[in-house]
Amino acid sequence: MARRKGSKQAAGEPTLDLFDGGSGGTGTAVAEAPTPEAPAKPSKGNGATRKPAARKRNGSSAEQQAKKQREISISEFFTKNRHLLGFDNPSKALLTTIKEAVDNSLDACEEAGILPTLRVEAHQTAENRFKVIVEDNGPGIVRAQIPKIFGKLLYGSKFHNLKQSRGQQGIGISAAGMYGQLTTGKPIKIVSRTGPKAKAHHFEVKINTQKNDPIITLDEVVEWDQPHGTRVELELEASHKRGRRSIDDYLELSAVANPHLELTYVDPAGDEVHYPRVSEELPHEAQSIKPHPYGVELGILMSMLDHTKARNLSGFLQTEFSRVGAKVAEEIVENAMLRPTARPKSLGRDKAEQLMKGIAATKIMNPPTNCLSPIGEEELEAGLAKVVDAEFFTAVSRRPSVYRGNPFLVEAAIAYNVEGQGADDLAVLHRFANRVPLQYQQGACAVTKSVVNAGWKNYGISQSRGALPSGSLVVVVHIASAWVPFTSESKEAVASYPEVLKEIKLALQDCGRRLGVHIRKGKRMAEARKKADYIKSYIPHIGEALQEILGFSEKREEEIIEILTDTLERSRKF
Amino acid sequence: MAANPVIKKIKTQAKSIEKIAIAGGKPTLKFPVRSLSNVRYDPKRGHFAMKAGRKERTLTVSTVKGFAQTLKMMALSKELVEIDDIATKREAYYVSKNWGEARFKEQPESDTVMDDVEALFGVNREQLGFIPEEKGGDLAGGLTVIDRDPGSGKKLRIDCTKFGSGAYSIPNSVEHLQFETKAEFILAIETAGMFQRLVKHGFWKTANCILVSMGGVPTRACRRFIRRLADEKKLPVYVFVDGDPYGISNIYRTLKVGSGNAAHLNEYFCVPQASFLGITPQDIIDYELPTHPLKEVDVKRATDALKNDPFVQHYKAWQKALNQLVKMGVRAEQQALAKHGLNYVIDEYLPAKLAHPEKFLP
Repeated sequence: MARRKGSKQAAGEPTLDLFDGGSGGTGTAVAEAPTPEAPAKPSKGNGATRKPAARKRNGSSAEQQAKKQREISISEFFTKNRHLLGFDNPSKALLTTIKEAVDNSLDACEEAGILPTLRVEAHQTAENRFKVIVEDNGPGIVRAQIPKIFGKLLYGSKFHNLKQSRGQQGIGISAAGMYGQLTTGKPIKIVSRTGPKAKAHHFEVKINTQKNDPIITLDEVVEWDQPHGTRVELELEASHKRGRRSIDDYLELSAVANPHLELTYVDPAGDEVHYPRVSEELPHEAQSIKPHPYGVELGILMSMLDHTKARNLSGFLQTEFSRVGAKVAEEIVENAMLRPTARPKSLGRDKAEQLMKGIAATKIMNPPTNCLSPIGEEELEAGLAKVVDAEFFTAVSRRPSVYRGNPFLVEAAIAYNVEGQGADDLAVLHRFANRVPLQYQQGACAVTKSVVNAGWKNYGISQSRGALPSGSLVVVVHIASAWVPFTSESKEAVASYPEVLKEIKLALQDCGRRLGVHIRKGKRMAEARKKADYIKSYIPHIGEALQEILGFSEKREEEIIEILTDTLERSRKF
Repeated sequence: MAANPVIKKIKTQAKSIEKIAIAGGKPTLKFPVRSLSNVRYDPKRGHFAMKAGRKERTLTVSTVKGFAQTLKMMALSKELVEIDDIATKREAYYVSKNWGEARFKEQPESDTVMDDVEALFGVNREQLGFIPEEKGGDLAGGLTVIDRDPGSGKKLRIDCTKFGSGAYSIPNSVEHLQFETKAEFILAIETAGMFQRLVKHGFWKTANCILVSMGGVPTRACRRFIRRLADEKKLPVYVFVDGDPYGISNIYRTLKVGSGNAAHLNEYFCVPQASFLGITPQDIIDYELPTHPLKEVDVKRATDALKNDPFVQHYKAWQKALNQLVKMGVRAEQQALAKHGLNYVIDEYLPAKLAHPEKFLP
């Protein structure tokens, strides 16, 4: 079993259609769950990704098209589509490479039930060249799979499953390897070991960019002090920057969303940052689920009808979808005014559309939510406390909800009175999707919208109209879903579905209420201290005046001062 | 020393506070409410009398400062009375600067606390050892004041006809004074300017009266002096002020019936036999006086008096006069009579008025 996945795409030939699918457009034969924009953009992208059907309209013959298609190599495609794959510019290339490697390592560790310990290194080898090393303590990769995983684009297992996984981001580690190869000519180097009794294998792999096949330039057995795990090393043309959207930022945020991760990062300057593990518990393993009828798009429904093994419509609905039993299937078919015995393969476009309407008209139970793996309130709080020094932390994990048939779950956390953040500063917002930090397009994101609309003034936090709240505040929002609704292929912002907006807002308001209680308590304490001081500064004068009038002893004076102070302090209302 | 009633009162109060405090209770001070809303006009006695309104100041977190200041002020008063000394209100304010956190920031704060203590014990501040900064007022006329020499305590006869173009100054404490006079009435005047004109032209001689310059709202000493003089020598008191709401409802009303602020003392600090010579609103018309428009604050003062002042509410004549003034929307000063000639007030206005005291406003 291949544990490491080169991409989320199905194994298969590197046809252009598959590339299109991999970058977020309409899939072909695979049961890809829909994105909101998927059906609207069948011909999105540049010329190289257009479908033959679209070409026909341009008047060129299918034969010509077929010829041309074969002439396009992966490297050409890659060069033209860097931006879709996260390699738009040198600094993003370095970040994407590390991201892909780290995501793979984390997913592999979690699936194998191993608490991940990662070491990430970035070394500058020339003015615009960097060497990236990512080492994990994961299950390792069986020898035969190593070249395919790192030397073949779009090879892996993730894509078939409809469940929560990190791999929705980018295209995979092999793409990073190819980018490195294209910019430096150097192979990707892998050391992997599957267990203490197994031998560690060292590979150097290049990609045949014409055939999308691995070229093994080195294959040897080496001594390795790790009992199991994988080490990937590759060199690429890149540049390094710090601050927001940097590697430092990404790794720090990864530590927040993965409290069970132990991470060491050596940056290009040679400085080492260590994020300790704060949770000994592995995330709950997400289960794969079938798509829910409410989330299906016409194009996908048609291809599902085409590829199903079911022989009648009722059977098709029951086997291909979640939450559809015999009774619901019957109802859908009836609402669609179709025959339950109709053959799925011969249904055709019009009837498929009828079927869509039938689905919409039928009440179907929400999808199962065991495909989700939340971080957890305690863990999220601990993760945040790992990277932020603050007076107050709180985290909320909402129950699963559903948008368009897709289960999702929102978690939020707040750190208040944060070290290094002034009371007049805007709050710092960290967004996560399936535990992966979203570092770009904050303004376009549903998360940002919800944070702005959460009504922070109710909780004692100041906020200008239409802006993030201000104050010494860090806000974290995590969306977990089998299919996170991104606004676009670059997968950096979450789309504003009403259900999603609502859940984020509710999670934030839960946090806000707890913060409000804390702030009010703090205010009350300060008030109480002030009152106590106040009492202490005036009561002695009462004792003194009484002494002056009545001429009693000093001891009596002290007694009166003490009792009166006590009387007043006890009577204070908190 | 316990013989002094003020010291006795202060000690009794302090003792009760001590007792409650030791028992773990919250001591309470009960003050009469010092405002116009807590007085009624007593027509028989001719002054404002205090109603039953009491405010309690219980020792709590929010009252602890005022409580401490009140007690410190009581202690200061006890000391002053014991050693037979006095402190002006200003001096008392400066003494408080030794009180650490309990010190007063501004004098009005200490004046208020002093008024509280006064009301608390139902005594006047002179009895507490405190004296006001302001002088009592000027006097000229056929009067002999019998005072005592502060050093020797010997009797001192002061002939008020012998001040020439100057005047006798009413002292802060007047209880010990005695009077000899043959004058027929007292004329209390608002402004020093008008007083000087009348003195210069020997009006007290021609009219056989005693002239008193109040200099605005009369001080307690001034009110007490006029009251004692008028009582003892059975003299009517005529009041000559500006024809505006301030002259009527502040100066005249305070002189005649006292103030809302120190109602427990009005019995002594009022002149019920006073009546209002002028300038009346009708005078403005009759004498065709030059006027100034009423300011917003004047109108407010007049309407407040009509609405809240028990004295004004008791006299229809005053309601009529104030309403007339508000309706006319103007005011006229005493000196406006100068329009008809500088000495018109001496030659025409006052003689004409004094010929009919029965026409004076109550």
